[in-house]
Amino acid sequence: MLGRLSLSAIPLDVPILVGTFIGVVIVGVAVLGLITYYGKWGYLWKEWFTSVDHKRLAVMYIILALVALFRGFADAIMMRTQLALAYAGNPGYLPPHHYDQIFSAHGTIMIFFLAMAFMTGLFNFIVPLQIGARDVAFPFLNNLSFWMTAVAFILVNVSLFIGEFSQCGWLAYPPLSENQFSPGVGVDYYIWAVQISGVGTLLTGVNFFVTIVKMRAPGMTWMKMPVFTWTAFCASILIMVAFPVLTVAVGLLGMDRYFGMHFFTNDGGGNQMMYLNLIWAWGHPEVYILVIPAFGVFSEVVPAFSGKPLFGYSTMVYATCSIMVLSFLVWVHHFFTMGAGPDVNAFFGIATMIISIPTGVKLFNWLFTMYKGRIQFHACMYWAVGFMITFTIGGMTGVMLAIPGADFVLHNSLFLIAHFHNTIIGGVYFGYICGMNFWFPKVMGFKLDETWGKRAFWFWFVGFYCAFVPLYIVGFEGMTRRLNHYDNPAWHPWLLVAEVGAVLVMLGIACQLTQLYVSIRDRNLPQNRDVTGDPWNGRTLEWSTSSPPPVYNFAIVPHVHELDTFMHDKENGIDTRQAGAQYEAIHMPKNTSLGLACAVFALIFGFAAVWYIWWLAAVGLVGVIGTVIARSADKDIDYYIPAEEVARIENEHTRKLMAQAAE
Amino acid sequence: MSNPHTSSSGESHGSVSSYIIGFVLAVVLTVLSFGVVMTHSLSPAGTLAAISALALVQVLVHLHYFLHMGGSSEQRWNNMCFVFTVAFVAILIVGTVFIMNNTAMHMMSR
Repeated sequence: MLGRLSLSAIPLDVPILVGTFIGVVIVGVAVLGLITYYGKWGYLWKEWFTSVDHKRLAVMYIILALVALFRGFADAIMMRTQLALAYAGNPGYLPPHHYDQIFSAHGTIMIFFLAMAFMTGLFNFIVPLQIGARDVAFPFLNNLSFWMTAVAFILVNVSLFIGEFSQCGWLAYPPLSENQFSPGVGVDYYIWAVQISGVGTLLTGVNFFVTIVKMRAPGMTWMKMPVFTWTAFCASILIMVAFPVLTVAVGLLGMDRYFGMHFFTNDGGGNQMMYLNLIWAWGHPEVYILVIPAFGVFSEVVPAFSGKPLFGYSTMVYATCSIMVLSFLVWVHHFFTMGAGPDVNAFFGIATMIISIPTGVKLFNWLFTMYKGRIQFHACMYWAVGFMITFTIGGMTGVMLAIPGADFVLHNSLFLIAHFHNTIIGGVYFGYICGMNFWFPKVMGFKLDETWGKRAFWFWFVGFYCAFVPLYIVGFEGMTRRLNHYDNPAWHPWLLVAEVGAVLVMLGIACQLTQLYVSIRDRNLPQNRDVTGDPWNGRTLEWSTSSPPPVYNFAIVPHVHELDTFMHDKENGIDTRQAGAQYEAIHMPKNTSLGLACAVFALIFGFAAVWYIWWLAAVGLVGVIGTVIARSADKDIDYYIPAEEVARIENEHTRKLMAQAAE
Repeated sequence: MSNPHTSSSGESHGSVSSYIIGFVLAVVLTVLSFGVVMTHSLSPAGTLAAISALALVQVLVHLHYFLHMGGSSEQRWNNMCFVFTVAFVAILIVGTVFIMNNTAMHMMSR
């Protein structure tokens, strides 16, 4: 009846998990209680959960990403603390079975649920506004994508308290991840979480590709498209190309585990090296899916706070596109040591080094944008400059690792760990947080507090170096990744320094939370309100709307004359909004609960498949298919906002603008 | 969405007769492939060549009748996406063969 699920699956013998569980229950009950107390369930359901509005989905994506950040960071600081303690005979406080789950969950959560969710949130908010569209091409799929990602994250967290998570690292290499060596449910949780969130990500890629190709405002030719939209476009293409490979690789592993097949086993004629090949054919484009949009963020932020147009727009576009193509030609550098000969390794090593050329072009473009600009050292600029320094170092250690001979020494050492955190924290995370500081007033209508933003930056920046430079050093000294304990006295001081770094990063996250709290508390102060919708003297179309934008984004679809069209309009006295023009009724998509329903069925299916509860898995699968069919048959999916309503909203905004101008 | 620039996707989505032609061609080509293999009427090398050729024609039939690809200007995006997809799939397959073949030689894993 319940497959292999029994009461013994609940880890009552692990005090850390029991404590976490109690904490989660208390916080959960408090949140649910507050929502009930204030009677907000109807509001949440109608305005958020069932919303197909890209702006609402963006906010939900970013909240999901921040929750994932907590979970992922809790894992990180537990690992660092374990390694600070577990030295010379001290076993530390995490037994290997638990420790292995923690590093696997850390990687999985940080990539799939922090970085991907944050990126999709930024896409959702900014892309339609930047191209002058009223929503994305497929609003329902957008809602479905979000819920698929969210339930996959729930599935990962369920594994904390029911059963276990994978102990095979974030990519679950076979043969360790096969039934023979991992008979538990951990890898199955991993497989279904990755597959369910993969559906969401793939749909997002399709959605934004079509949106950018088909829904640009009239006059916005390809070379008048803002750079962030370009990067979103390239990342969408990479998603569409790379994610099916992940689905297949993890799917084949799943067939090995569920149907006794032998794609990757080492005794039944399988070839586990093929798994490495496939997973990295996805995995390498994946890191570029994450970092290319971060480059896009900086390409918007640096011009805005330098008071100049972006230096070398077209080279930026070409560099982005060439990184997109090159990112697909380098995947072997993740497994130089697997046994391929010098031909293969040299080809992929050189291809890897070539990527640093377009990336260097981008860095120089940002530097030349700042050169002789009127730079305002806003918190966004802190993140941007911190990124340039950190990412350059990460890029250089990357080129070191791209030399196959050097990689034979450094492979799977902590040097590698330091390198990719250097690029992912210094590139992706700094970029997304920079974007959050930049676009927050557009989303919420008030600015984020700058003092706390700068404090968060300094803690993150110093904490990052403090945590990861020691890892470069112990990596050189031969310390491999995923060690549970060690007895080399030379490593211990460095790992203590790294622990201090992790604590500094924790303070950075605390500052970010304080920043959010302070900003929300002081949101009505005049200096924090964003009345005009253009707080930074922005250059692109999203700043021409009110903050937050009306549900239809643009009452009149803007006409694009130039690159940085909003700046062009401001300089030439053209009203991009065309306030007071003849408004027409606007056709909009209707909210729907079917996306959430479909995802809940997917969650039921995933959980049941993990525990071999086949009848429940069948219910889940039928539910998924049924909701998709129900949606296809639903004709009542759109409505019109009457012209009078549009006029009322627009005139209200115009009145506020005039009042502001009169002050 | 009723944005005027989204309605440009009005490519022809085929007619009943074109779908039927495509379907019949697809079935005929499938039956031929199975027939060649099951009746052993050709040499092994000939069989391989025959089913490869039939598979190629099958792909073209699908592209033309079901994905509506053609030379008209409305099909530009369709064709471009297809070329892109083929290029990326080729990179993946050629790369995989290159890597795994080389690895197999060095690791004697075959």
